[in-house]
Amino acid sequence: MRLQIDVAKTQGHFTLQAEAAVEGQRTGIFGQSGCGKSTLVHLISGLLQPDRGEITLDGLTLFSSEKRISLPPEQRRIAIVFQQAMLFPHLGVKANLLYGYKRCSTANRRIDPQAIIDVLQLEPLLNRGVNRLSGGEKQRVALGRAVLSNPRLLLMDEPLSALDDALRFQIIPYLKSVSAEFGIPYLFISHSVLEMQLMTDRILVMKEGKIIEESSPDQLARNRMATSQTGYLNLLQLQKPSVENGLYAYQWGCGSLLVSDGRDGKKSLFELSSRDIILFKQHPEAISARNLLACTVTELFRSDGRVGVVLSTCGEKLIAEIVRSAADELDITEGSTIFAAIKASSFRRLD
Amino acid sequence: MLSLTPEDIQAILLSLKVALTATLLSLPLGFAVAWVMVFRSFRGKVVLEVLVNLPLTLPPVVIGYFLLLLLGRNGWAGKFLDAWGIPFIFTWKAAVIASATVGFPLLVRSIRLGMESIDRQLIQASRSLGARWFDTLVTVVLPLSIRGILAGSSLMFARSLGEFGATIIVAGNIPGLTQTIPLAIYDYASSPSSTMMALSLCLVAVVISVLVLFVHEVLSRNIEKQEAA
Repeated sequence: MRLQIDVAKTQGHFTLQAEAAVEGQRTGIFGQSGCGKSTLVHLISGLLQPDRGEITLDGLTLFSSEKRISLPPEQRRIAIVFQQAMLFPHLGVKANLLYGYKRCSTANRRIDPQAIIDVLQLEPLLNRGVNRLSGGEKQRVALGRAVLSNPRLLLMDEPLSALDDALRFQIIPYLKSVSAEFGIPYLFISHSVLEMQLMTDRILVMKEGKIIEESSPDQLARNRMATSQTGYLNLLQLQKPSVENGLYAYQWGCGSLLVSDGRDGKKSLFELSSRDIILFKQHPEAISARNLLACTVTELFRSDGRVGVVLSTCGEKLIAEIVRSAADELDITEGSTIFAAIKASSFRRLD
Repeated sequence: MLSLTPEDIQAILLSLKVALTATLLSLPLGFAVAWVMVFRSFRGKVVLEVLVNLPLTLPPVVIGYFLLLLLGRNGWAGKFLDAWGIPFIFTWKAAVIASATVGFPLLVRSIRLGMESIDRQLIQASRSLGARWFDTLVTVVLPLSIRGILAGSSLMFARSLGEFGATIIVAGNIPGLTQTIPLAIYDYASSPSSTMMALSLCLVAVVISVLVLFVHEVLSRNIEKQEAA
């Protein structure tokens, strides 16, 4: 997917002026609410007209004020997954799913409805009314409906914001697998750094109606480490736990990690805040934290008065966050060896 | 005892015919006007709004008089109709026009309320899924404003049944031809010996009104049930 945007749009007191060229299957648009993310979504999908500028997708001009081109939304083949599922309340689940599919020309129908029904596990919902679905089920149907319209591009406009935490991480694998399996590129719009880390490869950062930087999800998380409430979130995909003294021992690096909130048998995704890692210059005799890892410092970075310490242990990577004075006292430099202590309860299971 | 003369029965049938025709004729236009007022923004929208609602505030007699000027022999619409050999004034068709004009704002108001409650994102979803605007209008906007349409139609039908002032001016009060229930009651009420006759027709009017409300209630409950399913 190759999307080129250079547009301006004024609405009341708000002016959006966006210029970007993005390539790739999984692109994020990040920004706080009111920064113009949704306006950009509307401009790309054709629900709103830019005052001037140009938008092209894979070489096709969607809008150009100069050439006087403005494709109506139905011809752009850009589907949207909204924050609220926005299922048609007067139609059943099946009719909702097939709404876009029926309107897609036969030549463009690459995706088989049954395949989507299988991937999103919609079979048991098919004959239900949409008002009898839970929030997560609704969002799955909305996703299926969008994908079945066989779009060139999927716009996910904060699709997880209306869901509670537990549900959110249940939906993420569906979002990812649908795009990967059917080869549909997406723009993922969100104000959550964690969602950006989980869903995207490249990110456009928006502020006050402008795209201010392009970055990787990891870079974004590092830049926002000090100002974010949760610090930098390390994401760990752990599997095959064994139970030891009431804790779950997951294989990780060359040893194991002890986690209190584990789950039997399955693989799980955990987050670990950079603020929950305590660093020791020397091996502490005895500590209450259940995980003590010998690490090498591979990189140090600054983030608003805090220091991020990139640790490496047996090929695995973790980022710890300390204040500048602590970095000076411990005399941490790149290449030095250090001990990281992590409580078993600091790992938060996401799925 | 309920006693109805053949003229009364004719008046009842005519009332129903006029109200039904006026409602059915106004529906497409009412839907279109409501759609324009809810979903379009353009200059002079306020003017349209005032014009549509004007019959609500004007005395029906005034509306009737304007219609008479418009549709009469010398009115511009009247001349046109005359040239085609279609007599209009003092026929049941004029009664339909009178009812349609007076009831139109009620119809538009109800449909508008229904349309305004539709989440704009549903329309956006439909468009981005490949539906043209007309397709969206038929498959999303129309079914989702059905309750407003139903409420508006019932209101308009009921209002048409009761239409008096505008009707008597453009259609007259000709028994068997243009005499509707209210006009017949008016006739009976003017002669002291016809109290029973007047009461009988009043009773019929009450029964019809109750039926209209009842049907409306049942239909909207059904829609509600379907939506919750």
